[in-house]
Amino acid sequence: MQYSKKFLVNLYQTMVRIRLCEESLVEPILKEEVRCPVHLYCGEEAIATGVCAALSETDYIFGTHRSHGHYLAKGGSLKGLISEIYGKETGCSRGRGGSMHIIEPEKGVMGAAPIVAGTISLALGTALASKIRKEKRVSVSFFGDGATGEGVLYESLNFAALKKLPVLFVCENNFYSTHMPIRECRPNNDIFKIGKSYDILSLKVDGNDVLEVYEAAQKAVEACRNDDGPVFIECVTYRLRGHVGPDDNIHGTHTDIRPEEEIKEWRKKDPVINFEHFLLNNNILEKGDIDEIRKQIEKEIKDAHLFAKNSPYPEKSELKKYIFA
Amino acid sequence: MRQLSFSLAINEALHQMMSSDESVFLIGQGVKSPWYVGNTARGLFEKFGPERVIDTPVSENAITGAAVGAALVGMRPIVVHPRMDFMMYAMDPIVNEAANWHYMFGGRSSVPVVIWGIINRGGEQAAQHSQALHSLFAHIPGLKVVMPSTPYDAKGLMISAIRDDNPVIYIDDRWLYKIEGDVPEQIYSVPIGKGIVRKRGKDVTLVSASYMVVESMKASELLRKEGIDVEVIDLRSIKPIDELLIFESVKKTGRLVIADAGWKTYGMAAEIAAIVAENIFDELKSPIQRVTLPDVPAPASSALEMVYYPNATHIVQAIKKLLSGKEAPWRIKSVS
Ligand SMILES: Cc1ncc(C[n+]2csc(CCOP(=O)(O)OP(=O)(O)O)c2C)c(N)n1
Ligand SMILES: [Mg+2]
Repeated sequence: MQYSKKFLVNLYQTMVRIRLCEESLVEPILKEEVRCPVHLYCGEEAIATGVCAALSETDYIFGTHRSHGHYLAKGGSLKGLISEIYGKETGCSRGRGGSMHIIEPEKGVMGAAPIVAGTISLALGTALASKIRKEKRVSVSFFGDGATGEGVLYESLNFAALKKLPVLFVCENNFYSTHMPIRECRPNNDIFKIGKSYDILSLKVDGNDVLEVYEAAQKAVEACRNDDGPVFIECVTYRLRGHVGPDDNIHGTHTDIRPEEEIKEWRKKDPVINFEHFLLNNNILEKGDIDEIRKQIEKEIKDAHLFAKNSPYPEKSELKKYIFA
Repeated sequence: MRQLSFSLAINEALHQMMSSDESVFLIGQGVKSPWYVGNTARGLFEKFGPERVIDTPVSENAITGAAVGAALVGMRPIVVHPRMDFMMYAMDPIVNEAANWHYMFGGRSSVPVVIWGIINRGGEQAAQHSQALHSLFAHIPGLKVVMPSTPYDAKGLMISAIRDDNPVIYIDDRWLYKIEGDVPEQIYSVPIGKGIVRKRGKDVTLVSASYMVVESMKASELLRKEGIDVEVIDLRSIKPIDELLIFESVKKTGRLVIADAGWKTYGMAAEIAAIVAENIFDELKSPIQRVTLPDVPAPASSALEMVYYPNATHIVQAIKKLLSGKEAPWRIKSVS
């Protein structure tokens, strides 16, 4: 496929924005300035970036407990996200949700929430609505390998396939579900085969390669718009940090249940660094451009933290503000 | 007596019951990792192996159903939900199947399963990771619901729940896990359906369960300094509920405050208020007060969490309000 420079640089900027956003949270978490549970997306940036690059602003996405990347890639604002994580009134969920409950309806981020597999069926609903209204909007459901344990995934796949709904099921297979390696959760590793039993297009891609993800997503979105959906895409990836918080290593000792050797191997497949190399090797960007982009984004992020810190907390008197029954 | 923390008291119950009864097994998420269930499952995996300590994929519905099915053929499974919010996926096997089974088959089969749900709130975890849903289960005929507040009861009620021939929902609160208390080393049981008076008093009856007992004891201590003598009842089981214990106390004090970590509307506190009003209304000197969560989902921001969770201060306020009120209108005899 041929890509414009602008498109490639955009992908890069999005990936760097996600990575630097996630890394910027490490210190505030350790200092307990951020208190809500935070599931960092480091290492998985290429998936959100590649999928969302294939969507238009009017398409819908749903996410999980680990959705900062989905939110940013779909156009959610850094200020809204970071303020939410600090529990501030200016956050995207007005401080009521924290890191695990984020939303930006104007950008098609219809909600990310931490009940595993809890939002998958909701994507059926937005797809149904689009079909009834003949809007050709695509709905994406992001979920982890852990979610393949929940029955609702299979109910949703069946119904989506039956009604040819424009849903893109994106499974982020990072081989772990909290403390459980995938071999203790599933009889096999080939998650994409789940889709095949519903006679739908099912793909497996390198989730650390943003262009490979994009190309699969592009194909899937096209199928959905032509009433040939749904589509299932398994993106193989790895988280470079802990399940929750910066890492699972307590008191400086290696308590992450994942083998150190494995983590080291995956560091070599860092999606952001690899894409950077791709851009440099193909003379799309020069070292100076990279530095400039990173500097620019670092500033955006710093501003967002400042904005968040200077923002007010929700008023105690407004505890009941959004409740109606 | 030997001291043990609340979570290790549960752990000991599991060790002893699994050792003494081969039909007992533990299944659920996190049973081989301290991540989810604290140290309640410590050493179990190592001792009893993966056949009887089964860490599972994220499949609450199927796993709970599996526990119910195993119980049908005489096993005594304990299925743990490290956060009771996750139990919502398991509502069918719990509510439609386990709870109804004995009755709908005319008593020909029973389900000796323990469904253990942990309340895990605070820490800005917000709406989907903070819920105290005990009242939901207590509403269902065919489910017993126990909620210990002390290490002694945590162990004794777990043992009773395992021995019970019918489904028991065992609910504990992570906020209790570090509390230390007397725990006998042997196997013993605490009867399901029996509450206990934690502190004798004559001015007002304060009824609570689980973590709210801790706040209730704090409140009674604060009020003691002001000369108000509170009787604290720890329900231990919210279903069946120890009505007689509550009635006896209210007959003595004439006043009732209920403290509950769940929501107000249609909740545990509402039920207790109802049974007292229904049965011994004439004994009340003043209206009943409820100290509960407001009817709002859990917020994330700690600024809101601070005003969300009920505590001793709220209980003190409620009791003072009740005591400062005029004599209940229904008790003022009209003079003709
Ligand atoms: C219904 C439900 N059960 C259990 C959990 C606890 N939990 C939180 S994240 C998680 C693992 C999710 O793994 P996966 O879906 O692979 O996502 P990842 O964290 O790897 O991105 C689990 C089991 C939950 N949030 N919801
Ligand atoms: Mg995973």
